[in-house]
Amino acid sequence: MIRRLWKFNGGVHLPAHKEESASHPVRRAPLPKRLILPLHQHIGESAEAVVKAGDRVLKGQMIAHAKGFVSAPVHAPSSGVVVETGDLPVPHPSGLSAPCIVIETDGADQWTQLQTHGDYTRLDPSALRNIIREAGIVGLGGAGFPSFIKLNPGPGKAVNTLILNGVECEPYITCDDMLMRERAPDIIAGLRIIRHALRARECIVAIEDNKPGAYAAMCAAAAGTDIHVVQVPTIYPAGGEKQLIKVLTGMEVPGNGLPIHIGVVCHNVGTAAAVYRAVEYGEPLISRYMTITGGNIAQPRNLEVLIGTPVKDLLDECGWNPATLDRLLMGGPMMGFALPGDDVPVIKTTNCILAMTAADSQPQRPVMPCIRCGACADACPVNLLPQQLYWHAHAKDLDKVQEYNLFDCIECGCCSYVCPSNIPLVHYYRYAKTEIWAKEREKQKAEAARLRYEFRLQRIEREKTERAAKHTQKKEELTAAPVDPSGTKKAAIVAAMERAQAKREEVKSEE
Amino acid sequence: MFVAIIALGALAAAFGLILGYAAIRFKVEGDPLAEKINAILPQTQCGQCGYPGCRPYAEAIARGEADINQCPPGGEAGVVKLADLLGRDPKPLSAEHGQVKPKMVAVIDESICIGCTLCIQACPVDAILGAAKQMHTIIAKECTGCELCVAPCPVNCIEMVPLKPDIAHWTWTFPDEQPQPPALKGAQG
Ligand code: SF4
Ligand code: SF4
Ligand code: SF4
Ligand code: SF4
Repeated sequence: MIRRLWKFNGGVHLPAHKEESASHPVRRAPLPKRLILPLHQHIGESAEAVVKAGDRVLKGQMIAHAKGFVSAPVHAPSSGVVVETGDLPVPHPSGLSAPCIVIETDGADQWTQLQTHGDYTRLDPSALRNIIREAGIVGLGGAGFPSFIKLNPGPGKAVNTLILNGVECEPYITCDDMLMRERAPDIIAGLRIIRHALRARECIVAIEDNKPGAYAAMCAAAAGTDIHVVQVPTIYPAGGEKQLIKVLTGMEVPGNGLPIHIGVVCHNVGTAAAVYRAVEYGEPLISRYMTITGGNIAQPRNLEVLIGTPVKDLLDECGWNPATLDRLLMGGPMMGFALPGDDVPVIKTTNCILAMTAADSQPQRPVMPCIRCGACADACPVNLLPQQLYWHAHAKDLDKVQEYNLFDCIECGCCSYVCPSNIPLVHYYRYAKTEIWAKEREKQKAEAARLRYEFRLQRIEREKTERAAKHTQKKEELTAAPVDPSGTKKAAIVAAMERAQAKREEVKSEE
Repeated sequence: MFVAIIALGALAAAFGLILGYAAIRFKVEGDPLAEKINAILPQTQCGQCGYPGCRPYAEAIARGEADINQCPPGGEAGVVKLADLLGRDPKPLSAEHGQVKPKMVAVIDESICIGCTLCIQACPVDAILGAAKQMHTIIAKECTGCELCVAPCPVNCIEMVPLKPDIAHWTWTFPDEQPQPPALKGAQG
């Protein structure tokens, strides 16, 4: 069936660099000696460790449980011994360390007892969501939002369209492509589970038209079902959630809104495959497909990698040359970030390790003043005004930059890519966003401190008056004669008071 | 351990409630200008400005008794905002009121603490937990880094340590003049 497709504004055509890594079958990366598992691999609250150094763990065992609603547990990707829990460098643009669990693998790769759930069609959506939550599944396409939340449309919200995103528009990255080629039946099975949980009316699998192999495999797997497998034109960033929804449905997700507000839910193809493994076999998310590529890599490949594998192990596996390494990125060249070193582990959201030589990347060119050419605005897929955002971010005018909808920017990098003046536009937006968040936190903290300060003053004031009141009361008691009890008081009290009075008298007479 | 966590959690919840209540019940109907000034001050409550807290300083500025450059925790940025609000020219921070310092948090060495409660009495934001003769703990989240608890401690067990950078509080730096070019070759320009 031919579906009508729409277009989003802007976008850029990029050199693909995909064939290098996509021309070999996926193989399993060797079992690493050490697995480093950050507790925070997803959007939301960090997981909380439930093992300590010295504990023996089995493959698939939960080692950190979800804390709070928006959170995801972490599982041991292989059997071994926990040798360390503490702060270690994690893959993050800051290069900072964060809490991790380190497992020394024992080579046995011994599974824990997995719990299967039988026929999923008999499970109600909330039971399914719970299985997916307990399996630690997060969005594998990008940000890593806990998937079970996106399986709950919320009360009164019907899901019209469920989209499975196999677009993979960023250059160099081919792990979703390979997953679709090699495990299309798993993906389709996962999609049906997701559909069951969401009660979605229609299902669309979207694939860029530069992946004919994946398209054919998915079509074959979906044959005989009412799932539409659709090819979308290759243009970056067609895989962006809101851009893809526009292409497939013609609808715009409102600026601050979510796809569910217009009856759409998107999941990544890798997420669907993980959902299938979790529901069918009870397997938690402990491995994923990953692209290891770039000019520095001798054999660019896709590997099935255990979460927590150090980046260096993967570079070694695919052959790299430290001497000519210019940049080491996690993610693609447009939206990825530079890694502080090769000792960090890969995490649930890692789709690509990109090792570049100097010849791969853009030669250094001087940053020039903005010539107001408007190329950035033409390229922006969100219809923002990147030039204005830049001016205000550059002037550190954090209010103005928000008026130009800074927070709708998806940091796709199209604007920086086309800017003839080589202005690092996205860097300005990232700076402005994190700066605004920091200011907001500071403000909240100051407000809390103000309230506590004022509350304390009130408390001190109150204590003072109470003390004064007590003081005068005591004085009065001492001077006033005891009132005759009015009969309602118990005799014991009367007696006690009389005794006390007598004693007082005694004391007085002695003086 | 669990009891302690639950107890602390309950305390935190109780404080939250009390604070929420206090915010409504004790709303200070003060001078609106002082109110606006106070909203700019960092609420560290350290007293370096020469007043016993941010609000008294705000009131003093509103009355025209204090200058706008006396709050080191607010930094130059704070002075600029005050100048903006009051339609005056910004000026450098006055040196006699102290220097701008990196953000700190107080830590009590609980093995030395004798439970004298002197620090609790000094803390302007009730950020220290503990009862008489029991070791005290600082609620790091509430500590403003004012340092007022350090001097009163008779056994010197309170130390000010710089806030450890963590990912949740990390921010991108302002771009350099000559940053790294885009990673993807083929960019225009
Ligand atoms: S990075 Fe932001 S501003 Fe630039 S093109 Fe992408 S969405 Fe638009
Ligand atoms: S593309 Fe660059 S030079 Fe052109 S308007 Fe945008 S920021 Fe300015
Ligand atoms: S110096 Fe301290 S007490 Fe005074 S206004 Fe600044 S933060 Fe508040
Ligand atoms: S704990 Fe000490 S440094 Fe922190 S706010 Fe209280 S008195 Fe100030």
